[in-house]
Amino acid sequence: MFDLTGRTALVTGASGGIGRAIAQALSEAGAKVALSGTRENVLEEVAGTLKGETAIVPCNLSDADSVDGLVGKTEEAIGPLDILVANAGITRDKLLMQMKDDDWNDVLSVNLGSYFRLTKSCVRGMMKRRHGRIIGITSIVGVTGNPGQSNYCASKAGMIGFTKSLAQEVASRGITANTIAPGFIESPMTDVLPEKQKEALLGQIPAGRLGQGSDIAAAAVYLASDQAAYVTGQTIHVNGGMAMI
Amino acid sequence: MSDVLERVKKIVVDNLDVDGDKVVESASFIDDLGADSLDLVELVMAFEEEFNIEIPDDVQESIRTVGDAVTHIKAHI
Repeated sequence: MFDLTGRTALVTGASGGIGRAIAQALSEAGAKVALSGTRENVLEEVAGTLKGETAIVPCNLSDADSVDGLVGKTEEAIGPLDILVANAGITRDKLLMQMKDDDWNDVLSVNLGSYFRLTKSCVRGMMKRRHGRIIGITSIVGVTGNPGQSNYCASKAGMIGFTKSLAQEVASRGITANTIAPGFIESPMTDVLPEKQKEALLGQIPAGRLGQGSDIAAAAVYLASDQAAYVTGQTIHVNGGMAMI
Repeated sequence: MSDVLERVKKIVVDNLDVDGDKVVESASFIDDLGADSLDLVELVMAFEEEFNIEIPDDVQESIRTVGDAVTHIKAHI
């Protein structure tokens, strides 16, 4: 339905469940996709599942220099960048009372700092080409909050505010900036939850199931498409009705 | 050297879609030529490309008029 033939995309955190699904869906829609992450062997495995042209661009998002060079490396591999999907993120869950400075700084720097750096380094080219799609993967908890995740929630709420400002700055140049806020998505992390906890979780989700990576990927493909040209500064919540905002 | 002014003029006319007659050295990009802050960023990008120079952020802020741009470019090419 949405055709991304001839477009190029960079997906960070592409070795994780959601990142992988997004990379696959963008590739399926015709885009050339560069995969970034820290686990190269997993990225290679993901690359093997993609249909079209692809590239692997490893990057450690806690290293500012490495982040600053990522868009350049990507463009060398697949050409000028049309679509950025900033999906990488880490958690260091602690109650605030127990949270160390490092827990706070690491999460803010990887989740929000790298989003700033990556966006800054691709927006110049996008402005020149009068086209671009910035897609930040935030989280439902960036809007609702979650005990034990004040650092993570702050970083995810920060992504939303950042994206809205950026959207206003570059809208007149054919660039859109939006975020997707996943709810609970099935992953190795949710697989190991005790049955009782799983049931309690599902009780909060009107759709009665956990989300799939493909649920998030579908929103990403839409936002990346030409059809979404008039959608900017928005947060698309994909959460089975768990929070209606 | 007047060539610099002509090249700057052409970039300004193309980017801001203004009449060439208005692009004189004393013209302020924002007040006289209708540029907004994003237009200024784009103009600087275009100058950097045309003259193959790098204009640092703090210098960008001091470039207010066509003449400012020409002076800076002449000093760095």
